[in-house]
Parts: sequence; C-alpha cells; structure tokens
Amino acid sequence: MSARTDLGRRALRFGSLAATVGLWQLLTAGRVRLWLRFDHLPTATEVGRAFVRQVGTDQYWIDLTESLRRIGTGFLLAAVLGVAAGVLTARSRPAADLLGPVLEVVRPIPAIALVPVAIMLFPENEQGIVFITCAAAFFPIAVATRHAVRAVPPRWEEAVRTMGGGRARVLWSVVLPGALPGVVGGLSVGIGVAWICVISAEMVSGQFGVGYRTWSAYTVLDYPGVFVGMATIGLLGRATSGAVELAGRRLTGWLPPVATGAAAAAPPAAGRAGRGPEEAWPARAEVPA
Amino acid sequence: MSLRLTARGLSLGHPGHPVLSGVDLDVAPGEVLTVVGASGGGKSTLLRALAGLLTPTGGELLADGRPLRGPGAERALVFQEDGLLPWRTVRRNVELPLAVRRVPRAARRAPVTDWLDRVGLAGLERRLPRELSGGQRQRVQLARALVGAPRAVLMDEPFGALDPQTRASMQQLLLTVREKEQCTVVLVTHDVDEALLLGDRVAVLAGGTLAAVHPVPHPRDPAARAEPALRRLRERILTELT
Repeated sequence: MSARTDLGRRALRFGSLAATVGLWQLLTAGRVRLWLRFDHLPTATEVGRAFVRQVGTDQYWIDLTESLRRIGTGFLLAAVLGVAAGVLTARSRPAADLLGPVLEVVRPIPAIALVPVAIMLFPENEQGIVFITCAAAFFPIAVATRHAVRAVPPRWEEAVRTMGGGRARVLWSVVLPGALPGVVGGLSVGIGVAWICVISAEMVSGQFGVGYRTWSAYTVLDYPGVFVGMATIGLLGRATSGAVELAGRRLTGWLPPVATGAAAAAPPAAGRAGRGPEEAWPARAEVPA
Repeated sequence: MSLRLTARGLSLGHPGHPVLSGVDLDVAPGEVLTVVGASGGGKSTLLRALAGLLTPTGGELLADGRPLRGPGAERALVFQEDGLLPWRTVRRNVELPLAVRRVPRAARRAPVTDWLDRVGLAGLERRLPRELSGGQRQRVQLARALVGAPRAVLMDEPFGALDPQTRASMQQLLLTVREKEQCTVVLVTHDVDEALLLGDRVAVLAGGTLAAVHPVPHPRDPAARAEPALRRLRERILTELT
C-alpha cells in the first residue's frame, strides 16, 4: 500500500507546483486584465529563459553564496544564543528576571526595523546583515526552547538526580535531549524568519546577495530578473528549511510516529519496527489501531 | 554495606496542609520495608523525602545516623512509570547511573549486560522504552536501579501500573533478585497483599501519620499466603487503613 500512496503523494506535490506555474503562464501570456492586471508581469517562459541565462553567470552564484553565507552565520549564531537564552530563562529564576523583560520588549520589534541600528552599530554592512538575520531567528528559537525546557517531565530530572547527577549532568543528559523536539520546532520557524530578514536586509543595505540582486533588477525595470530572484529565494528557503527538518527528524527519532490524518500511519523508524508499544510517550498521541 | 534509614518526627507539606506529620520510622540495614496507604496518604511523599528530592519541613531524616542531604547514588529510586529516558535505548538507560559516576565506557558493559540478563531483558538492549511493554519497562527500571550497587532502593508503586499477571511475575522477579542483593528496600504500594508478600515489615500510613508498623510472619514466602497469622494481619491492616 505504502509504495503506491507514496507515488501518488509525490505526483500530487509535483502537480500542485506545475499547476501554479501553468496558471501563471496562462494569466500572463493571455494578458489577462480583470481587476488584477497580469499584462505587465513577465510570463513563466520569460522568467524561465532569464533563469537559465542567469544560472550561467558567475554573478548569480556569487549572490547565492553570499546570501547562504549570511543566513548560515546568522542562523547558527541565533541557534546557539537562542537555545542558551531559552534554557537559561526556563531553568534559572534570576536569569528569567534579568533577561526576560529585555527580551520581551525587544521581541515585538520586527528585525528589519533594526536596519538603522545595524548601520550605526556595525563598521561594515556585512556584519549588519548577519546581525539582523540573527536577531530575527533568535526569538522563535529562544521562545520555543524556553517552552520545551519547561515541558520536560520533572521525573526524568529526578531520576538522574537520584543517581547522583549534578546540574551539568541534568542539563546534558535530561534537559537538552528532552527539550530537543520543541527546539527543532523553533529552529524550523527560525530559518524561515531568517530568510525573510536576510533578503529584506540585502534589499536595503546589501552590495551582493539574492535580495540585493532582486531589488536592483526592479530598479532597472528587469521584471523577469525580479522573478528569477524570487524563485531563487523560494528554492533556497525550501532547501534550507528541508535540511533543518531532516536534521531535526534524525535527532528526534526516538519520538513515537506521529498520527497522520488518514488511517495510514507513518511507518515506524527503520529497524525499530516490530512489537507495537502498548502506551505512547505521554506528550504525543499514538496512532489509533 | 546496606543503609539504615531513619525518620524522626518527619513532617512535610505546607502549614495547614500537612502531607506527613510526626513520622518516626527506622529501616534496618538490609530490611525490606513495605509502606501501604491510600492514595494521597503521603506514601510517595515519604519515599521522595527518603530519596532526598523533598526537604522536610519538620523533624529529620538520617542515613546511617547522619543527616540526609539531597539525593545521592547510594539511594536508587524506581518510579511507577515513565522513569526511563525515552531517547535512550534499554542499554543506555541501564548504564546511566554508571555514566553519571564517570565509570569508563568499557567498564560499564559487563555489569549492564549482567543485569539485563538477570531481569530477563537479554536481546532487547537496543530497543527504545516506547518499544517495550509496561512490564518490560519496569524490568529496565529495576536493572537501572541496581546496576550501580546502591545501598538502598526506594520503590514508588513500582508495579502499580501493571496488569495482574505481569505484576505477579514482577513481584517474583523482585523476590529472586533480593536473594542475592543485600541492599535495604523501601517499597510503597496501595496493595496490602503486595506489601505482605514483599516486606519483612509493613508500615501503615493513614492520613499522613504512621498508624502502625507490623513484622510480617513468613516474610517473602508466596507459599505462606494462606497462613492464618498472615490473614489476620491482612484484616488488621485493612482496618487501620480506613
């Protein structure tokens, strides 16, 4: 059963993308002008040709690596700082009192509104962009970590403490692994927000990068170029969030399989199939038989 | 090597809401003391205090005559359920007390394998806790509690979540294991028959105070279940509980 449904799902996913591009082509090539005006927009084939042309240039790949480098640095920094801040505020009352209010006041400020601050603060544009990316990803990661750490059942910690484990042992052996499923959720949201902000920051203050190139294409009225930039951002975003999700699933393989809408359950982790568990781990629902 | 545990006038809870009040108890080294009581009677609280997870609000707790401060590896704790770390395999859960004590990896293998064998889990080393039955998970907890050769084992309704058959086989396993291990055991249960089967003495907790402590005739002998003395004690404990 699963091979067939798997194929069906793949076909459906590809079909939905293809249909979107097809509809785009239909609306733009037909110069449709209802209330929305599609006659100024480049057609899918124009964008496709521009994409192929750009992929052949060094410029495209320089921009792409620049953006990836910025988001990579910013996101990694945010992951380290966010997890640290989340754990600290969840586990230590003085830390929560000290850091909590500042974080809660800074959190609602959109990271992109920090551009002026970044320009004043950092000697180079480059550092400013990384700063903004990091600030954007930091909050979802920190908040998710804080909640995940608080949700770790106290019993696991008690088990390790009655083995003679101290604070550090509890942190490494219980708190961090126990909070990991929630942290992965935060990282997943964080990488999405990081893309929004790295592109916006590049549009405002960059000299290279996919965001910068997209915006400069607009300023010279190169509309297919704008769409090439958008498509590139979409693909990069999909690839990076996919990588984060995959890494997350690898790290949290111990969780019970998640119930899907249909009766068809996710297959059990490879090599671990066999005797069905009687009870689910309390935090997640088991698939009804 | 087994530990003497003493409570003197032990009280716990908030003022106006005492969970335990004025409990005097002395658990001899190597003894199995079972504690029976109704839900909310303070049995878990007593056990967690002995484990060092709760600080008494009154009175004192002693281990070998010295004040007991905080949790320690010489007093292992077995939970009713969900005490295992779900991301660790059976083997890695059992070796955790040794890892906490910084026993080198190579030196952990033999005792862990030995204990998995003794509790009947050989071959399941690489399973995750969720891939085990409730009874198997309690076997893992038992192996994990004993692998570090603790001086006392504290058990909080260890078989309370199991079906009757599994429960009976776990009680038998505990009796078998106990024959070789000389550690002190304090086992909390709401089941009077279990308390009488497993204990050298039975402590009865009711309403947060110690109602009585009874020596068990023919302790740890399943065949003596029908003895009149045991039946009379059972009736007496049931009255004390209400």
